[in-house]
Amino acid sequence: MEQERKCAMEGEGMEQERRRDGKNGEMLGTDGFQMEMEGFSRNEEFARVVVAVFMSRMNPTLEELDDVKTAVSEAVTNAVIHGYQNQGGKVGIACSIAGNELTVTVWDQGRGIADLKKAMEPMYTTDRSGERSGMGFSFMEAFMDHLEVESCPGKGTTVRMKKRIGG
Amino acid sequence: MNTNTFTYEPRGQMLVIHLPKELDHHNCRNLRYETDLLLSENYITRIIFDFSQTEFMDSSGIGVLLNRYKQMAGSGGSVVLYGAGAQVRRILHVGGLARLVPCFETKEAALTCS
Ligand SMILES: Nc1ncnc2c1ncn2[C@@H]1O[C@H](COP(=O)(O)OP(=O)(O)OP(=O)(O)O)[C@@H](O)[C@H]1O
Ligand SMILES: [Mg+2]
Repeated sequence: MEQERKCAMEGEGMEQERRRDGKNGEMLGTDGFQMEMEGFSRNEEFARVVVAVFMSRMNPTLEELDDVKTAVSEAVTNAVIHGYQNQGGKVGIACSIAGNELTVTVWDQGRGIADLKKAMEPMYTTDRSGERSGMGFSFMEAFMDHLEVESCPGKGTTVRMKKRIGG
Repeated sequence: MNTNTFTYEPRGQMLVIHLPKELDHHNCRNLRYETDLLLSENYITRIIFDFSQTEFMDSSGIGVLLNRYKQMAGSGGSVVLYGAGAQVRRILHVGGLARLVPCFETKEAALTCS
């Protein structure tokens, strides 16, 4: 049952706590968005830019922006290349902010990863073209504070990353 | 100059490759085919990557550099780069490429290094 739930690969819901601030009526609780786009390589830049624009409200440093853009690029590129084998398919992206922590979730419903432990080892790649070096997961790990991957062969992959912004 | 594609500038036995603004999977798709063609038709001993227009690079760029490095090292040639900005330098460093590929500030330095 638990396994089934994990394999459903639903995008992370924006279960927001919607409370109103008595003083100025501003929404409190988690801020966020969720979107789905076609897994074409030309959308990789679009995904980076959307997340960068969203997180700009956290007043990130340029370095923090670059770190998140790199991590998003890695996760989305993996979905496009490995998840969907460059044949296209829906790629989901969700972002939320809680306090000074940004959470980014990227998911696909592609082929999934059979041996996740191995896939996440530095320099491990299943690419046979010689053009990939197996650094993607290492970059996500290096540039974010927290990385969590769930995958189910034949069903898809979800990558969840967190980073504290501004201290 | 179109900043979404690669442009190639042969300099005798050196080949300068001007890289796009965003060095990601999308923009790297044709590079392999194009450089392999140039390398097979010309006697090249040094590939010089120009990062001066590049604002973003991810692991796709690392793959490209590493593959060219292996190719050139196999034939006794070398790979160098110049003009890398902050984001690119960080990726090169974390990706372990900074140890393999000498980085220069200017094109002149990259062309004349020994
Ligand atoms: N979304 C995904 N769907 C299916 N397989 C994946 C997915 N993401 C990663 N993988 C598998 O995990 C391996 C390692 O991924 P990683 O991003 O670290 O390296 P890479 O993509 O092969 O190379 P690089 O990221 O350096 O270009 C991939 O080669 C692939 O087999
Ligand atoms: Mg990758």
